[in-house]
Amino acid sequence: MSDVFRAEGLGKTYPGVRANDDISFSVGAGEIHALLGENGAGKSTLVKMIYGLVRPDEGHMQLSGTPHAPADPRAARASGVAMVFQHFSLFDALTVAENIALGMENPPPRAELSRRIAELSQAYGLPLNPARRIASLSAGERQRVEILRCLLQNPRLLIMDEPTSVLTPQEAEILFATLRQLAAAGTAILYISHKLEEIRTHCDRATILRHGKVVGTVDPRAHSARELAAMMVGAEMKLVDRSGRKPGDVVLDVKALSTPAATEGVTLKNISLTLRTGEILGIGGVAGNGQDELLAALSGEITTPHGTVTLSSADLSALGPDPRRAAGLLSAPEDRLGHAAVPQFSLTENTLLTAGGRQDIVKRGLIDHNAARAFAESIIKAFDVRTPGPGTAAGALSGGNLQKFVIGREVLGGPKVLVVNQPTWGVDAGAAAAIRQALLDLAAKGAGVIVISQDLDELLELSDRFCALNEGRLSPPRPTEGLTIDEIGLMLGGAHGMEVGHVPA
Amino acid sequence: MFRLEPRASAPLLWQVATPVMAVIATMITGGLLFAALGFDPVASIRTIFWDPLFGPASGYSRPQLLVKAGPLILIASGLALGFRAGIWNIGAEGQYIIGAICGAAVALAAYPHEAFWIFPAMIVAGAVGGWAWGMIPALLRNWFGASEILVSLMLVYVAQKIAAWMAFGPMKNPEGFNFPGSRNLQQYPAASNPELIANTGLHWGGIAALVALVVTWFVMSRHILGFRIRTAGAAPRAARFAGVRPERLVALCLGLSGALAGLAGLFEVAGPAGQITESFGSGYGFTAIIVAFLGRLHPLGILLAGLLMALTYIGGELAQMMLNLPASTVQVFQGMLLFFLLGFDILTRYRIRRRA
Repeated sequence: MSDVFRAEGLGKTYPGVRANDDISFSVGAGEIHALLGENGAGKSTLVKMIYGLVRPDEGHMQLSGTPHAPADPRAARASGVAMVFQHFSLFDALTVAENIALGMENPPPRAELSRRIAELSQAYGLPLNPARRIASLSAGERQRVEILRCLLQNPRLLIMDEPTSVLTPQEAEILFATLRQLAAAGTAILYISHKLEEIRTHCDRATILRHGKVVGTVDPRAHSARELAAMMVGAEMKLVDRSGRKPGDVVLDVKALSTPAATEGVTLKNISLTLRTGEILGIGGVAGNGQDELLAALSGEITTPHGTVTLSSADLSALGPDPRRAAGLLSAPEDRLGHAAVPQFSLTENTLLTAGGRQDIVKRGLIDHNAARAFAESIIKAFDVRTPGPGTAAGALSGGNLQKFVIGREVLGGPKVLVVNQPTWGVDAGAAAAIRQALLDLAAKGAGVIVISQDLDELLELSDRFCALNEGRLSPPRPTEGLTIDEIGLMLGGAHGMEVGHVPA
Repeated sequence: MFRLEPRASAPLLWQVATPVMAVIATMITGGLLFAALGFDPVASIRTIFWDPLFGPASGYSRPQLLVKAGPLILIASGLALGFRAGIWNIGAEGQYIIGAICGAAVALAAYPHEAFWIFPAMIVAGAVGGWAWGMIPALLRNWFGASEILVSLMLVYVAQKIAAWMAFGPMKNPEGFNFPGSRNLQQYPAASNPELIANTGLHWGGIAALVALVVTWFVMSRHILGFRIRTAGAAPRAARFAGVRPERLVALCLGLSGALAGLAGLFEVAGPAGQITESFGSGYGFTAIIVAFLGRLHPLGILLAGLLMALTYIGGELAQMMLNLPASTVQVFQGMLLFFLLGFDILTRYRIRRRA
């Protein structure tokens, strides 16, 4: 196996951070090579250097035996490096072919391009009609456009940045089949992820990064997911403790909840669910299927007709966020910066967003700044938030630490019901485990918890019952016990639109 | 070459330093401008910034400082609340005019009756008039999504037309020999807003401005309402999540800043101006926008900025009289101040680094 890409002693320093330190590894032809690490381990810096977005301070790279030092992404693409980003850069109003032509240096005539797109998409099992508008495509199909865009360049090295985070399990399977086929044709693939099972099943080798350094390059199939996680985190992972929960009476009753048609976002359609005390209800689904709207309808940011949201026999449907909090219905939205917290404000001030009433910080409209600081300090202490102090701006915290603060703020509020959306999104493994444990502990103490998440492993680990949210509709709940990932995939609307389409020649 | 690097937070030092730098840059550029026009730059700047306070004629000009600063500060402290929340009331000038007309209407209706309640009733009418004029853009924004910036600005011109109509029509002084303009309220004791302490320039408007500063400081720093206003400006989604209703905040901020502008108009018409005339609006409502930003939307800053802006008014007039500088000098100075402030503001949000 000849090396397509080789890095030797790569280093990059940002002000105050050694992002990459003496990184050496290689990717062989026909190999799917995983790059594994927590958030902040240096994966994206490394990839940006390969793709020409950042220049290394020291060390050098080789591509097929020749030195690789791209000045910009264009140079990187010219020498055979292609990259599929986590976030797509496509124009909704344009067709597939138009989008691909926009990204090319010298696009061939449109008919010729459409023909090549159709050929490639057939050859690699990526059904895609070049004449369709992006707006009408699912996330999986959009990703195919990005992949096809890369394949048209005949890359020697294809970089994929967390490609499955937007896909259902079935869509992910199709993606891996494509990657296998590409690898078989000799393309080297660098696959970035922190989903361990995925890497164990599909990757040939894995290079593990921690704190900007290579921990080692291993055969992921020879290690358990726990061993890989331990290498990533640098310590044994704590297993979450699910014991001590007994579902009791119904505490939250949502009946036939719908939201009016909106110009943007998803409308909720006839959602009904019940939640018992001490129970964790998991709601899965690919982002953009009504998760934000469901949280808003429960938090009170959106109000709904009478009788749709009932907490312990009190009708909260018409009430805003404040009275709902007073009644014991607390929530933590997905977006930490700008929704669950104000980035410019200190942690002390951020307690006031939701905890003013429940913690006696605000009395008759007057703010007790000392009480706010004391509450912020108690969150920092109880949830091990790493920060210089409660006066630090929320935006200066790392994602994981701010998320611990946001979840801690609501958990310490002593809710009857807590609704969280993507509680561990973009959070490192250690913080994620702490957050999950906090949710389990809260349920063990008798609160009802709704966890909305895209991370199916997380939902299976936490929840007693599982529902899927798809295009604003909620499936009937199923007990998590005995549920397989495949069944969940089908609940999520799984294989919709996945059959091989008719591609006009 | 240099490049700009965003700062994580705006350091207090720069927040204080940039307004000062803007003032200095304005003085330097103004001096160069005067030199280009053929005036002595040092003498011009001294006439504008120094003589009103310490020059030979300062006995006349010093009381004017409070007369001019009072309405600026009163209006700016209301505007600052809305600006903090990202609600842009550009039409304080119109609310100022309508407040003055409503307050004067009470006085003219009561004339020549003498009673203790007349002046308080005028204050209420002035505030209500300004509030109502401010509520027009608020309701249009809440009901139809109309931009409060455009609506409030255009209502200024409506208000100016109403002032002209009043001066020529309903409010015209019946004993005024057919000259446009209302009765002079300075000559109607029950309705006049006199200088409270001789030779200070302090009238009830100045007192109201101080009260407004203290109250807005208290609301912004200690009351949950101030926190909600700041949250709405910094992160609208977080504000909704915290329970802020954007429509209510729009109505509150535009109504309150309108009421304060209306008060300023009332104190002006009952005091220094004395009567409703065709050109009653004198630009305080627009200058107050500069005062609010120059003062960093903070009560203490607004106090200092209001005094400084008042100084440019008086100094500009003095320079016209003493040095024959053009009348537009004041506007040029005020414009430059805002320009340099916004320019230097980059330093609070970014740091400059040399490109490697």
